[in-house]
Amino acid sequence: MIELINVIKSYRGAPRNAVDDVSLEIETGTTVALIGPSGCGKTTTMRMINRLQTPTSGQILVNGKDVNTVDPQTLRRSIGYVIQQVGLFPHMTIAQNVATVLRLLKHDAVKIKERVSELLQMVGLDPDEMGPRLPQALSGGQRQRVGFARALAGDPDVMLMDEPFGAIDPITRTKVQSEFKEILKKTNKTVVMVTHDLDEALKMADRVAIMQDGKLMQYDTPIDILARPNSSFVADFLGADRALKQLGLITVQSVMSAPQISNDPVVGPLANLQFALSEILATNAYGLVVRDNDGPVLGYLDRATLLSSVASAAHLGSESIHIKGKK
Amino acid sequence: MELFEAFHWAIDHPVMFWTALYQHMMMCLVSLGVGAASAIPLGFLVAHSRRASFVAINIAGAFRSIPSLAILAAAVPFLGIGFWPSVLALFVLAVPPILLNTVVGVAEVDSTITDAATGMGMSRVQMALRIELPLALGPIISGVKIATIQVIGGAALASFVGGGGLGDFISAGIALMDMPRLLVGAVPIAIMAIAAEIGFSQLERHVSHAPVKLAGEE
Repeated sequence: MIELINVIKSYRGAPRNAVDDVSLEIETGTTVALIGPSGCGKTTTMRMINRLQTPTSGQILVNGKDVNTVDPQTLRRSIGYVIQQVGLFPHMTIAQNVATVLRLLKHDAVKIKERVSELLQMVGLDPDEMGPRLPQALSGGQRQRVGFARALAGDPDVMLMDEPFGAIDPITRTKVQSEFKEILKKTNKTVVMVTHDLDEALKMADRVAIMQDGKLMQYDTPIDILARPNSSFVADFLGADRALKQLGLITVQSVMSAPQISNDPVVGPLANLQFALSEILATNAYGLVVRDNDGPVLGYLDRATLLSSVASAAHLGSESIHIKGKK
Repeated sequence: MELFEAFHWAIDHPVMFWTALYQHMMMCLVSLGVGAASAIPLGFLVAHSRRASFVAINIAGAFRSIPSLAILAAAVPFLGIGFWPSVLALFVLAVPPILLNTVVGVAEVDSTITDAATGMGMSRVQMALRIELPLALGPIISGVKIATIQVIGGAALASFVGGGGLGDFISAGIALMDMPRLLVGAVPIAIMAIAAEIGFSQLERHVSHAPVKLAGEE
């Protein structure tokens, strides 16, 4: 668990605080996305957690311990760190890059080798083929995978990720996002991620923290933030299509009704309502049959339910139907 | 023809020739060794501060602008004649290029790389040894190459303070208007300088890594 308590960061000569009295609690095993326009203080907030920046006042606790009482190098070795430009060491092989923290922690060579193979496999790279290569021989997406594996090496409880998908092309990005998210959930990491991409934040995070001018404007689950923006700034930031974005966060199975006999098109239970709506718009069907591939019919989703789902989600609160509510 | 005569002279006087060559090389090696051993660590020390780099590079540059002959003359009262004043004058020649290249090489290491290294918990020393030194090695070797070439040529002046070396043949050649004798000093110096240029350039190419393209494309 990470707690930020009244954290302020000010720079001499700056007209306002870079980070202005931010308090935030991040539960163990969850992902929080810090998002906001450039200069809102999101990166500074993240960098104070592993002491790359020092708060002017306030406290930051990681698992109950004030980070400013821990030796910065020890602290950083226990926290995974991923940056947009990846920052792979160009003179070291992929395997050596991934082994960096393990070597700093003085693990023995045999163990390091095993762990590196395991990590490369985890991020979808062949250790025998990729391990001996230099970073320059890799594509942008592959490099980011290596950067991620390198951050996971010491099995840290906490991961900090600064625009981790910013340098990857859009098609690869979606794939890498899903894979990283799955790994982070499976390994139960507590993640703080900085992004300026709203869709990325909604997709990756259990909670989203929207910042402006150093202040924390709203901190909530994606679905709650979309349903109930607490200020016109947040509403504007989410965009006019925020109801559509909400559809993307609700699964078909969470709102479907009992099965009924129908020839309507089929949709999977884990598909989101945005996809379902698109199917209905494309086929002009009355509703959709919910079924897993060739499995038994699980339920039925009619137009009316779909169209009212956003409003009722806002009414009910999110946890019961929120995608991320169930792992 | 004079080259032949020079060659014969060297063969006829092997002890004189080899002694001079040995003295010349020792002066170069000692001054370069001490120069590199002080300029490279100093470069690492100041590279992260723009102001400290500026001060260090300019002080070294100021000493460099004093003519070597003047340094030789000024050093004689303190260090006597012979080997050591020569080494001092050569040391002053060797430091600036090595220092400058070290500072530039270290400062040019991509800041995202050092940020990643710091973020993963490397100490200053670990960062210098594992990241900055290997990545700055190309420019540093290039600095040593420039210093070596200047020192090999500069060592000819040692003859003026009794330091010996191949400069003795050049001085004698000029004094006696003996071209072959002059060449006995000049040709080996030229060959050594060219060899240093080629050797260090090879080494530099060998250690330099192509810069990594960081913008991502699948």
